[in-house]
Amino acid sequence: MNGEVTGTVGTVGSGTRTGAIGAPMERLEGRAKVTGTAPYAYEHSFEGALYLHPVLSTVARGRVRSVDPARAEAVEGVRVVLTPWNAPRLARTDDREFTILQDDEVFFRGQFVAAVVADGPEIARQAADLVVVDYEAHDHEVDPSSPDRETYRPSADDTGVEPDTEQGDVEGELAAAMVRVDQTYRTPREYNNPMEPHTTVALWEGDPDRLTLYDSTQGVHVVRGTIAEVLGLDPELVRVVSPHVGGGFGSKGSAHAHNVLAALAARALPGRPVKFALTRRHMFSLVGYRPDTRQRIRMGAAEDGRLGVLVHDVMEATSRAKEYAEMSGACTRMMYAAPARRTTHRLTPLDVPIPFWMRAPGEAPGMFALETAMDELSYACGVDPIELRVRNEPERDPETGLPWSGRNLVECLRRGAERFGWRDRDPELRAHRDGDWWVGTGVASATYPRLTMPGSVAEIAHEQDGSYTVSIGAADLGTGTWTALTQIAADALGCDTASVRLRIGDTDLPSASVAGGSSGTSSWGSAVVAAARAFREEHGNEPAVGARSRAGTPENPDQERYALHSFGAHFAEVRVNADTGEVRVPRMLGVFSVGRIINPRTARSQFVGGMVMGLSMALHEEGVVDPRFGHVVNGDLAEYHVAANADVGLVEAEWLEESDPHVNALGAAGVGEIGIVGSAAAVVNAAFHATGRRVRELPLTPDRFLS
Amino acid sequence: MDTTITLTVDGERHELTVDTRTTLLDALRDGLGVYSPKKGCDHGQCGACTVLLAGRRVLACLALAVAHDGAEVTTASGLGKGDDLHPVARAFLDHDGFQCGYCTPGQICSAVGMLAEADQEWPSHVTEDLDAPVEIDDAEIRERMSGNICRCGAYPGIVDAIREVSR
Amino acid sequence: MIPFAYSRPGGATEAVEAVTDDPGAVFLAGGTNLVDHMKLGVASPTTLVDVRAVVGAGIEELPGGGVRIGAGMTNSELAAHPVIRRRYPLLSSALLAGASGQLRNMATTGGNLLQRTRCVYFQDVTTPCNKREPGSGCSALEGHGRDNAVLGASDQCVATHPSDMAVALLALDAEVHVLGPAGERRVPLADFHRLPGAEPERDTVLEHGELITAVELPAPLTEARSAYRKVRERASYAFALVSVAALVRVRGERVVDARIAFGGVAHAPWRARRAEEVLRGRPVTETAFRVAAEAEFAEARTGRDNAFKVPLAVNTCAAVLRSLTGVNE
Repeated sequence: MNGEVTGTVGTVGSGTRTGAIGAPMERLEGRAKVTGTAPYAYEHSFEGALYLHPVLSTVARGRVRSVDPARAEAVEGVRVVLTPWNAPRLARTDDREFTILQDDEVFFRGQFVAAVVADGPEIARQAADLVVVDYEAHDHEVDPSSPDRETYRPSADDTGVEPDTEQGDVEGELAAAMVRVDQTYRTPREYNNPMEPHTTVALWEGDPDRLTLYDSTQGVHVVRGTIAEVLGLDPELVRVVSPHVGGGFGSKGSAHAHNVLAALAARALPGRPVKFALTRRHMFSLVGYRPDTRQRIRMGAAEDGRLGVLVHDVMEATSRAKEYAEMSGACTRMMYAAPARRTTHRLTPLDVPIPFWMRAPGEAPGMFALETAMDELSYACGVDPIELRVRNEPERDPETGLPWSGRNLVECLRRGAERFGWRDRDPELRAHRDGDWWVGTGVASATYPRLTMPGSVAEIAHEQDGSYTVSIGAADLGTGTWTALTQIAADALGCDTASVRLRIGDTDLPSASVAGGSSGTSSWGSAVVAAARAFREEHGNEPAVGARSRAGTPENPDQERYALHSFGAHFAEVRVNADTGEVRVPRMLGVFSVGRIINPRTARSQFVGGMVMGLSMALHEEGVVDPRFGHVVNGDLAEYHVAANADVGLVEAEWLEESDPHVNALGAAGVGEIGIVGSAAAVVNAAFHATGRRVRELPLTPDRFLS
Repeated sequence: MDTTITLTVDGERHELTVDTRTTLLDALRDGLGVYSPKKGCDHGQCGACTVLLAGRRVLACLALAVAHDGAEVTTASGLGKGDDLHPVARAFLDHDGFQCGYCTPGQICSAVGMLAEADQEWPSHVTEDLDAPVEIDDAEIRERMSGNICRCGAYPGIVDAIREVSR
Repeated sequence: MIPFAYSRPGGATEAVEAVTDDPGAVFLAGGTNLVDHMKLGVASPTTLVDVRAVVGAGIEELPGGGVRIGAGMTNSELAAHPVIRRRYPLLSSALLAGASGQLRNMATTGGNLLQRTRCVYFQDVTTPCNKREPGSGCSALEGHGRDNAVLGASDQCVATHPSDMAVALLALDAEVHVLGPAGERRVPLADFHRLPGAEPERDTVLEHGELITAVELPAPLTEARSAYRKVRERASYAFALVSVAALVRVRGERVVDARIAFGGVAHAPWRARRAEEVLRGRPVTETAFRVAAEAEFAEARTGRDNAFKVPLAVNTCAAVLRSLTGVNE
C-alpha cells in the first residue's frame, strides 16, 4: 500500500500558498489538553473494563520453576491469572521481547512472569502480590565494567549503519600530532520517562478474531505490524488507536512486551476491554532505556587546532534477550574535517532489560563525548572553542564525500556567540566568582540527520461542508503533529487551516511511519503534500463532494546525492557552588539550522524541550544498577531525577531562516531530537570553565565538584 | 471493603461506591470517568494528578477516596466558566506551556492553587525575607511549580504563562 | 495493597484505643508517606484510623514565649503561619525546603515526624531490608550507598531520616506531645527518633497506639540568627543529600551560643552537640566553623558511595555559619 503515487521533490502543493506554513498556529488539540479532556490510551470510554496487573521476575537470570496462582485466584473479583503454562500461545517466538509467558526462561530482572486480570485495579494489584513464583536462579552478569566481560561487534543489519569505519592513516596521524586528547567519557543508563506511562487497553472480539488496542504509541502501524505477527493475526484484524500520546521520546517507538501481555489477557477474556497501564516502576525494565556508554575519544591536532585524526571507540551495554545498539560514534564520521579517522562500536551483552530508543539515540551520548573532547582540545591548543570548530569545518561530508545539502554550523555558532555575549568571555578557568558561586560558560555543536522514512500514505477527501479530510496514521506525542500537518495540508491544498480536518493516530487510516528520528514532519508532511498534489490533479480546484486521492511519501533522489544533516550550537552558563558543588544552569541558548520551520510556536517548544532534557541528562539522570540484584534500584521519579521547574532557567532557542530544497518538498527537516544533542556537553564545558574541573562522566552531581 | 461516598467534582455531586483502597485519583478516573487528573507516577513524585480540594492543590494519588467523603474537588476541566477557559489555561495555550499535555491539567491546577497561596502571602523556599510581602517573580514561580514534573521540558513556557496571569 | 478497614474516631482518646486494641491498625493523617508505602507493600495495615479531625490543627502561644503546634497542622499552614515566620523562621525555612507545594498541603506536623527513610532498598520489597523485614539483611550496606548514613549507623541499617522539618525542630529544642493508652507524655525531640542499633525497624520511641498530638517549641533563642540550608541533587523537589539547621548568637566577634542540627547524615535528625561545644566562645572565623563541623564528623564512617557527605556537611555547615555571622571566606 506504500508509494501508490510517487513523485519527485518539488515545491509545496499545486494550490495557492495560504501562508499557513510558518505561522505560529496554536495547537489544535490545545484546548482539550489544558482542560484534560484529550483522551489518552487509558481514557477512552469503555464498558465493563477489567484491569491487569503483572508479576515481574525477581531474578536476573534463570528459570521459572513454578507459578502458584491459587492464593491470587481465591481473591474475589479475579478473572484470570496468566502464567507461562496457561497463557495463550503465540505464533512467533523468535523475538524475546515479545515472547511473553511462552516458556520458563528469565532473561532479566523485571520481566513478565505472570499476570492477574481482575474487576478492579486494587484487586488486580493485591492478587498479583499473592502469586507465588518459584525460581531457579542462575548467575547473572549486569555490570558492563566487570573485567571479564565479553564484547562483540553489532551487525549493520540492526542499525542500518556500519559499526566500524576507518579512513586515512590513523596511527600515523596520532603519532605525528603536536597536540593530543585521549579521554574516556561515560554516560549512565538513562530512562525516557514520558509522563504518561505506557498503556494499552486491549479488546478481543471473537468470530472472527479481532483485536483492538487503545495504545500510547509513536506508531500505530508499527505496533499493529508487530502484534499481528506475534499473535498470528491478519493485520487487517488488528486495530491500534492512539490519538494523543503523553510523551515518548523514543520509548513508544515500537510495541513492547506489555502490548503482547495485554493482548494475551484480552484473548483469554474476549469481549471485555483489559486495561493495562504500567506503573512508573515497571517502566524501568519493560519499555527500553538508553544503555550506558563508555566512549574513548582520541584526537590528534596541529598546534592551531586543525585535526589530523579523530578516533571514537564506543562500548555499550546491551541485553542478552535482544540486541540493541546505538551508533554513538556516527557523529564523529561527519562533524569535523580530518584526514584520518576511525570509529568503532562494541556491545557488552548482559542479563539486563532490553534497551531501546531514547531521544537522539547515538547522537545524544556521542555528541556529549565528542563535544566535550573538542572543548578539551580547545584548551590544549589555546584556541577559542568556537574558532576551533570553525577551523575544522569540512567542505563535504568527510565520510561519503557528498556535498552538504546545507551545512550552517558556523553560522549557528557565530549567531549564538553574538546573542550569548561570547566575545566578552574570559577563557581563564576558575576565575569568575559571584558570591558563593563559580561562574562559567560553555559551547557545543549539535547535529542530527535530516531523515525521511518511506512508507507513509495520506488520503484527502472533499466533504459536503466544503472541508477536506486529511487522513494519515501519524502520531502526536507533544510534537505538534496535529497542528503542523494541518498547516501543511492547508498550504498544499490552497485552503485555509479551518477547512482541513486532520485524522491521525489510528490504523484505520492510511499507513504512517513511526514518529522517530525527527522524521515525522518530513515523512508524513511529504505524503500530505503528494496527496494534495494528486487531489488537485485528479479533481481540480472545484472538486465534487466525496472526491478523494491518496499518495505516498515520494522517493527523494537527493537522499543519495547530498549529505542531509541539521546543525546547531548550544551555549550554557553554569554556576557551581564553591562550598557544596551544586550545579545550576541559569541560561541556555540554542541556535539551529533545520531547514524551514513549519510552526515556530511548536518548533520552539521542541527545541527548548530537547535542551531541557539535555540539561537533565547533564545534571541529574542516572539509572543505578545494583549488580547483586540486577535491577535499577532508583526506579521511580523521586530517586531517578529528571529536571524540575526550578532547575531550568532562561532557555532560548532560535533558528536560521532557511529552506533545504534537497530534503523534501517542504524544505523542512525534523526538530525533535537536535535540542538534546550537544546540550549536555555545553553544560559540562561551562562547568569546567567555572571550576577548572573536567567531568567526563555524567551526571554532574554535587560531589563531583567538592573540594 | 466497599463503602459509599459522595464527591462534588467540578460542581457536580456524585455518589459512588469505592474500595477503601481506592485513591481519590482512581475514584475520579476509574469510578467517575473524570480523566482530567492524570496518573504519572501514583506515588506523589510527579504532580500530574494535582487537583484542588476545597481550593487547595493536593495530589489525588496519595489521598484515599474514603477519607475525602463529601469533598469538593476541582479538576482542570472544571476551572473555566462554560466555554471560557480559566485565565491560567488560556495563558498555557498562549505561551505553549506544554507539549504532550499529560502533565498539563496538573500543572494548571497547581498554578491556580499556587497563585492563591501567593495571594495569601504564603512564602516559598526562595522567598528571601519571610517577614516581607510575597512577590511572585520567575524564581518564585519555578520553585512553587517544582512539584509538577514536565518531561517535555515546557517549563519556560509554563513560567511565561504563570507570570502573565500573576500580573 | 491488602484490604483494610477505615474509621474516623470522634476523639483522640477513641483513636488511641482503636489502634491500641488492634495490632494491624495504624493512624492515618495526611497519608503522603503511608499511602505511598501501602502501594509499595512496605506497609500493610488492616485498619486505618483517620486522626486528621481529632488532633489540633492550629498554633497556641504559650506563656513564657513558646508555642504549641497541633499535630494535624499541615506543613504549608505551619510554614506560612505569621508566628512561626516571625519567631521561628528556621522552622518555616526547613518546611519550605521539603517536598512540593501539593505535598506540603497534605502532610501534617505529626506525620512528618514519622516519615520513614527513602532508602531505595527499604522501598523495594523485592530486596532484603532489616527495617522493613527484621532479620532479612541490609541491602544498602554493600549496595547503592549514596544516601547512606555516615553517623550513628549500625551493621543492621544505614538508612537516613528524610525530614527537613524535624532537623529544624531538633535545633529548636522541640518537645513532642504524645497521647497513649497510658495517658499523655512528652518526649524531647532529641530522644524521639532512634538510631538503628539492633532494632532498625523502630524509627522512634513511640509504642503502638501512641499518637502525636502536638509539638511544643520553647521561647526562641534571643538575639540569634538562624538558617536552614539544604543541599540536594535537584534545585527543588528532592530529598537532602545533607542539610544544616543552625542558630547562632554572636557577641563581640565571638560565638556565645550555637544550635546546629544535620539532616541526611544519620538514621535520625542529628544534633551536633560536639560542634556546638567547640564553637562556644570561639571567634567567628571560617577556621573555627570548620574545626567545629569537622569535630562533629570525626567519627563518621563512610563507604564507597557516601564519603562525599562528610566534606559536604562540613562545607555546608561552615558556609551557613559564615553567612549567619557575616564572616568573609
